[in-house]
Amino acid sequence: MTGALAHPVQASIEGAFEFIFTPQTSNVTGGKTVGGINQVIELAANQIELTILALALSLLVALPLGLYLGHRGTGELVATAVGNVGRAIPELALIAFMAALIGVGVLNLTIALAVLGIPPILANTFVGIHQVDRGTVDAARGMGMTGFEVLRKVEIPLAIPTLFAGIRGAAIAIVATATIAPIAGVLTLGDFIINRNVYGDDGVLAGAILVALLALVLEFSLAGLQRLLTARGLKLSTA
Amino acid sequence: MRTTTRGTRAAIAVLLALFLSLGVAACGSDDDDGTTSGNGDGGGAIVSNPDNGKVSLTIGSKNFPEQEILGEIYAQALEAAGYKVKTDLNLGSETVALQTLKAGQISGYPEYASTALTSFFGVEPEEVPAGAQPAYEKAKAEFEKEELTAFPPTPFASANAVGTLKKTADELGLKTISDLEGQSEDLTLYGSPECRQRIDCLAGLEKYYGLKFKSFNPVDIGLRYTVLEKGQADLSILFTTDPQLAAEKDKFVILEDDKEVFPAGNVIFVTSPEVVKKAGPDYEKTIVEVQEGLTLEVMQELDARVELEKQTPKVAAAAYLKSAGYVK
Repeated sequence: MTGALAHPVQASIEGAFEFIFTPQTSNVTGGKTVGGINQVIELAANQIELTILALALSLLVALPLGLYLGHRGTGELVATAVGNVGRAIPELALIAFMAALIGVGVLNLTIALAVLGIPPILANTFVGIHQVDRGTVDAARGMGMTGFEVLRKVEIPLAIPTLFAGIRGAAIAIVATATIAPIAGVLTLGDFIINRNVYGDDGVLAGAILVALLALVLEFSLAGLQRLLTARGLKLSTA
Repeated sequence: MRTTTRGTRAAIAVLLALFLSLGVAACGSDDDDGTTSGNGDGGGAIVSNPDNGKVSLTIGSKNFPEQEILGEIYAQALEAAGYKVKTDLNLGSETVALQTLKAGQISGYPEYASTALTSFFGVEPEEVPAGAQPAYEKAKAEFEKEELTAFPPTPFASANAVGTLKKTADELGLKTISDLEGQSEDLTLYGSPECRQRIDCLAGLEKYYGLKFKSFNPVDIGLRYTVLEKGQADLSILFTTDPQLAAEKDKFVILEDDKEVFPAGNVIFVTSPEVVKKAGPDYEKTIVEVQEGLTLEVMQELDARVELEKQTPKVAAAAYLKSAGYVK
């Protein structure tokens, strides 16, 4: 490797961490530095915002529907069909398709990412509620609970682990896919990965590390939330 | 229940749309091959040399239509000259392409001389030689320091350009990029994600023209005309070789780059001296010969076949070689 190339041709972990904390020179920016902690925070904030919006929309659509169908014990076909069709839609094609319909930007991406989040939430909510032991449900009914009380006091608490598995799966899929948002108007950490010409190989590696880190943080936060929401009696039995 | 049915229906509609667009893409490649206006006297047909059969070459390119077409043209021409040719036409950015070449995984790939100078060798855009020949010589000298080499440039050159709807240009009285002064604060600019920080793109517009835009919005290169048509973008970064500029003159215009921030790049084929030695004289001869017909008009038409008519780069390249008389 001779010296004329400003970017090292191979990425290194040290280089990636340097990129995360200190702005670096770039070949193509005419002297302006790129990377560094300020840009990392800015891009990560965008990615978190987009993830929260898309996850909220997914929950808004999939959670009530899954609870209703699971409680009624009907519509298994619908829940699984929507789930499977949703999974089969290629995300890139969807973003491009929606760009033609509603243009690029936060709205496009929120909807496109929610399409990714709805199937796991819907399927797991349905299955979680549906699989609650019928004997328990009958006992609750026998105690005089209304349908809504059965759902709220018996079915949801018992379904929390399955339900959360769906939400966590959706969140991970959304946060990981939000990485490609820079092609549709929102600068996320994927900017580092997509624009190798600007950020160099260390920048690409740094982007990958940061996205993985963000996914882990999200996973742990949701796991914590799940623990908080799990009924005390159930927690003891799983501990 | 209604929500579900509607959701399913919407999902089915999306899927249908995807299948239809795939179907249309497949049909597009059946178009007849006789309309490329290449010049017929570009050195005559390529002669196959049996000696070349011993040599295997892998031709690379970056991953957008114009590059893929060029990659196919070179690959098919070299095949006609008797070489065993493979292609690897999805190399991402120039950095990836260069690494792949240095690692010996490809024999060579087409690169814009201006991109090579600014991106690989740190040359400031205003220092990129304006002429095709001096730019090529400078790039070649730099490549030689890297133990690589380059073949002479194509007739056409490609550059970034600030484009807008003709309607907008007429309303605001825009002819050159300098005309944006005092107006750019109210205008949105769309460009590829990397444009934002590139000196031969947004960073250059800010630095050399002193322009500030209402916002810069990163989008996929494939959407550069969509955002203008949808009225989302006031200005969009286009390429001078774009077929839309020729096909829809009444709709899109580009603003003259009066301060020369966007260096024009002729394409040079970058390869290594080892491959040149191994492949013999027909290698350079074939490549230089086959690109002689690639004027701006021809390149725009080839881009149109792939980007607008959805032919494959392979089919478009074959049509060019045939109509220009390089292959029978």
